[in-house]
Amino acid sequence: MPREGVLVNNPLERISGEQVRQIHDASIEILKDPGLLCFNKRAADIFHQHGAEVSEIPGSDTPCWHIKIPEKLVADALDSAPKTVILGARNPDNSLVMKGDEPRVYFITGSETNTWLDVDFSTYVSKSDPKKEIKVPEFKPRRGMVADLCASAHVCERLETVDGYIRTVNIQDKDITEDNKDVNKFFACLNNTTKHVMSGLTSLNQLDNVVKMAELVAGGKENLKENPLISFITCLVKSPLQFVDDTTESFIEICRRGLPVVVSSAPQAGTSAPIKEAGIMAQINAEVLAGITLGQLVNKGTPVLYGSVPVRARMDNLSDSYGSVETSQYNIDCVQMARFYRIPNYSTSGVCDTKIPGQQSTVERLFSDITVALSGPQYLHCAFGLLDGNSIFSLLQTVLDDAHFKMIKFFLKSPRIDGQELTDMTKQIRDVMDTPQKMFIQYIRPVMRSGELSAPYPFEGDGEDDSVLALAYERLQELLAKPVEHIDQATTSRIFQEIPGLLPRLNVYKQEK
Amino acid sequence: MSEDIIGMIKENVIQGRKTRDDIGIDESFSGTPGVLELMESALASNVSPEVIITDALTAGMQVVGEKFSTKEYFIPDMLASADAVGAAMDILKPLLEASDVETRGKFVIATVKGDIHDIGKNIVAILLKGTGYDVNDLGIDVPEDKIVNVVRDEKPDYLGLSALLTTTMVEMDTVIKALEENSLRDKVKVLIGGAAVSDEYAKEIGADAFCADGFQAIKVLEKFEAAR
Repeated sequence: MPREGVLVNNPLERISGEQVRQIHDASIEILKDPGLLCFNKRAADIFHQHGAEVSEIPGSDTPCWHIKIPEKLVADALDSAPKTVILGARNPDNSLVMKGDEPRVYFITGSETNTWLDVDFSTYVSKSDPKKEIKVPEFKPRRGMVADLCASAHVCERLETVDGYIRTVNIQDKDITEDNKDVNKFFACLNNTTKHVMSGLTSLNQLDNVVKMAELVAGGKENLKENPLISFITCLVKSPLQFVDDTTESFIEICRRGLPVVVSSAPQAGTSAPIKEAGIMAQINAEVLAGITLGQLVNKGTPVLYGSVPVRARMDNLSDSYGSVETSQYNIDCVQMARFYRIPNYSTSGVCDTKIPGQQSTVERLFSDITVALSGPQYLHCAFGLLDGNSIFSLLQTVLDDAHFKMIKFFLKSPRIDGQELTDMTKQIRDVMDTPQKMFIQYIRPVMRSGELSAPYPFEGDGEDDSVLALAYERLQELLAKPVEHIDQATTSRIFQEIPGLLPRLNVYKQEK
Repeated sequence: MSEDIIGMIKENVIQGRKTRDDIGIDESFSGTPGVLELMESALASNVSPEVIITDALTAGMQVVGEKFSTKEYFIPDMLASADAVGAAMDILKPLLEASDVETRGKFVIATVKGDIHDIGKNIVAILLKGTGYDVNDLGIDVPEDKIVNVVRDEKPDYLGLSALLTTTMVEMDTVIKALEENSLRDKVKVLIGGAAVSDEYAKEIGADAFCADGFQAIKVLEKFEAAR
C-alpha cells in the first residue's frame, strides 16, 4: 500500500481553463520562436533527428546550437509521458503513487543547502527582575557535512508528515570529492530513511554506481524497476531557454535508464524571466515542455515530473524572493499547467527569505505552504527546514514545519457532511435542548479520541512567554534519540564491497564492531 | 463484595460513566453499569456513604486529576467524571444530612443580572460538585436581591459570580455592595470569574478572589479551606 498523502477536494485554481490554454499556446510559440539555445551536442542531435530545426551558432566560444521545437514533437511527448508516476521506497509502504489528473498531495523535503544551522539555548537573567530567566535560541551556521545529512534523513523518517526525502544538505566534508559525493550522498539518505529518496547528480560518472547501489537496496535490477526507491532532479534548462551542457547530459543518461526524473525549471521573474505573471508562466512552461520533450525522445515512456521552481526577484538586491506572494501564484499556475497535461507535478512552497527560525519564517512558509497545497500538486517540495532561500537548513525548522503540515493536512481532509451525519446531529441538538444546562460537552469525548479533531499546536507554552522554539528543540532531541532503521548488515556489506568511494565511517556495522 | 463495588464505582468515575448508557474511554466498559447503577447496589449492600465518598468517588477523582495534569485527560473527561460524582453526591445528600459527615463546603453560584452566558459558570458548578462541594446553581440573569436572600437563608461558605460582558460585570460590584448593606459580606467568601473580569477587577470591587477557570477555583477554595 502506498502512502496516502492528502487528496484535495476542489483544488484551488487561480487561472481559468482558457488562460491555461493561452499559456500553453504562448509556450508552443516560444518553443518555435525564439526557440532555445542548447549547449549540449547530444540534445541538439536528438532534436535534429526528430525533425526540430537545429542550427549551430557560429563563432561562439562554447559550442552552441539554436533549436526550434515544432508543436508536434511536444504533443507526442505529452502523449507518451506517463500519466501516473510511482516513486518507490525502501519500505514499500512509503511509496508514492502520483496520478497527473488526481490532486493527491505528498509533502516532500529539500532542496540542497550549503549551510547547516546549529542551535543552542542560552539562559539570560532580566536586569529589572533578577528572578526572571529567559531561554534564548542562538543559531550558529556552519558547513554541511555527511553526518548532518544522516541526521536530517533520520529525523525526516520520524516525522509523519514527511512523505518523501529530497536531500537537504550539500555534504562538504574534507574527504568528499566530486567523484565520491553522489554515492555518499545517496547512501547517507538511503541508510537513514525508508522513504523515497530524490537528489540531484553531482557527477555523471557516478550515475551507474548510484543506480547499482539502489539495485542492491531494492534487491535487484527488476525490483528497482518495480520499486524505484531513488529518483533524480535535474535543472537541464537554465532560464531563459538554455539547455545546459552537463545537466542535460545527466538528464539524457537518467532517461535512458528509465528512472524517474524531475524536469525542473527555476526562472526568476524580473531577471531570468519577465516580471509579469503571463510572461514567466509562458516561459517556464516552455522550458519544462522542452525538457519533457527531450526525455521522451531519448526514451519514450520514461517517467518524468513537471518540475516548477519559479520565483520573483527581490527589488532590493535582485536575489530570489521565495517569500513573495507572487512566488506562490506562479507555483499554483504551474500546478494547473501540469494538471492540464495530466503529468504529475513537482511544485515548490515553504521556501522563505529569512535566515533563522522565527516569526518571519513561519509567516512566509505558512502562506505558501497553505496556498500551494490547496492547488493539489502531487509532489510538493515544501522545503522542510529550509531558510534563506535555498541556502540554510535547520533541523529545528523541520520540526516546526511538521507541526504546520499536520494542520494543513487536517485542513485538506474531506468534510464529513452527509444525510446520516446530519440526522444524527439534528437528534443530538434536540436531545441537548431538553437538558437543563444545554451543553454538548458529553458528546466531545468519543470524537476527541477518534482522530476527528485537529491536534493542538504542539509547541504551545504554559504561560505567556513564547516557548515555541524551546519546545520544538525538546521535540527534536526526542526524535534524534529514536533508533535508526538502517539497511540490513548483509546488504550494507555488499554495498561497501561493490560501490567504490563510500566513506568507511558511514558503515554503521563496522562502527559497532 | 463491597470492595468490588467500591472498586467498580471508582473505575467508572475514572471512565467518566454516570450511567450504563455512557461511553467511557475504555470500550470494554460499554453496556456495563455506570456510577449511578453501582451506587444503588452499594447502598443496597449497606456500604456506608463515607466509604463510597472516600474510597470510590474522591479516590476516582484523584486519579482523574492526575491524568488531567499529565495531559492524558482533557476538560471533557474531567467534566464527565465530575458530573458522575455530582450525580452520586445527589443520591448521598439525604443520607449525609442524616449523619455527621460534612461536605467540603456550600457554594452558591450565579451569572449576574443582565447576563445570560452560562457555559463557564456551568463548568465550574459541575467541577465543584464533582470535587465534593454542595453546589446551589441559581442560574443566569440573577438579580442582586435574590443572591442576597440566598446568602442570608442558606448561609453558604462561598459565593461565585460569573459575567461574560463588560456591560454586566459591574453587577458584581452591585452584589458585593448589597451584601455589605445587609451585613452579610463577612459571612461569605466571594469569588468572581468570566471573560470580562480580572484579578485587578476583583481587588477593585472587594471580591475575595478572581478565578480564571474551574481548576483555579478549586485551588482557591483549597487555600481558603486550609486557612480556616
